[in-house]
Amino acid sequence: MSSHHPGEHHPEPEPYPAIRTKALESLLVEKGLVSTDAIDAVVRAYERDIGPLNGARVVARAWIDPSYKKRLLENGTEAIAELDFVGSQGAEMVVLENTQAVHNMVVCTLCSCYPWPVLGLPPTWYKSAAYRSRAVIEPRAVLHEFGLDLDESIELRVWDSTADVRYMVLPERPDGTEDMSQEELASLVTRDAMIGVAKVRAPAAVS
Amino acid sequence: MTVSPDRRIANMGAQAALPRKNGELVFEAPWEGRAFGLAVALNNDGHYGWRGFRDRLVVEIAAAEKSGVPSSYYEQWLASLEKLVVAKGLVSADELDARTAEYAAGQRDEDHG
Repeated sequence: MSSHHPGEHHPEPEPYPAIRTKALESLLVEKGLVSTDAIDAVVRAYERDIGPLNGARVVARAWIDPSYKKRLLENGTEAIAELDFVGSQGAEMVVLENTQAVHNMVVCTLCSCYPWPVLGLPPTWYKSAAYRSRAVIEPRAVLHEFGLDLDESIELRVWDSTADVRYMVLPERPDGTEDMSQEELASLVTRDAMIGVAKVRAPAAVS
Repeated sequence: MTVSPDRRIANMGAQAALPRKNGELVFEAPWEGRAFGLAVALNNDGHYGWRGFRDRLVVEIAAAEKSGVPSSYYEQWLASLEKLVVAKGLVSADELDARTAEYAAGQRDEDHG
């Protein structure tokens, strides 16, 4: 009884919430209270514009502007505010630079303190009990699970966020990105790299 | 038409937080995206304030947890939205039920599916 009407496009009945959403949308559109274009525009905007973009802009700026990078590492809160968004709800922002010798990663062992205005909301794993405890006890094993194997010679520093201090990692700029614009660079920077569980990679094929 | 994301919506905290993956919004099925867009578009057009929606969502999530019946974030979102538009008199519960029955019976599937 999967098809009540011959020639229908749905081989299986749609789930109730899908049908309910259609019914609601169609009534509201019919009454002129909302348009399908407006709904489309909202979905597009939220899919594109939020997320870790703010943090990526901070990183890209630091990569191309040495004086900005210096200010960022000295006073993260103020340097982030220069780019027109507030760092973290009154909490102090500290930016940690990853280098060839030092790798930083961020955790919140007590709860899930996270610099969400720059990185979006925390991923589920960041809030998990496993990450919160293991990031401190066996950080290299955790990084390995994220696909990041650090050389033993690299010093690994794990930073525990609090309500007063939020950390963000400034990842290393990948080789092969010398000719890229700030905007192009920002598009390479992932949220995971700014938590310190991944590195930023250059685009695979640059012609 | 361009829309700028509203941080009060994007950054809702605790249980009301929007589901994300690597910082980006996640919709498990197309209807979830529609339900999201519908609630935000109605807010943008001034049919209600976001706080009113969020408060209902928080209540809905808490009620769902208490009931023990598994339901997804966007099912709770949709339930909140329905109750709010009915409370605001934008649609009546009866017409919504009637329209839902029409879709369920395949009588209105000419549009996008």
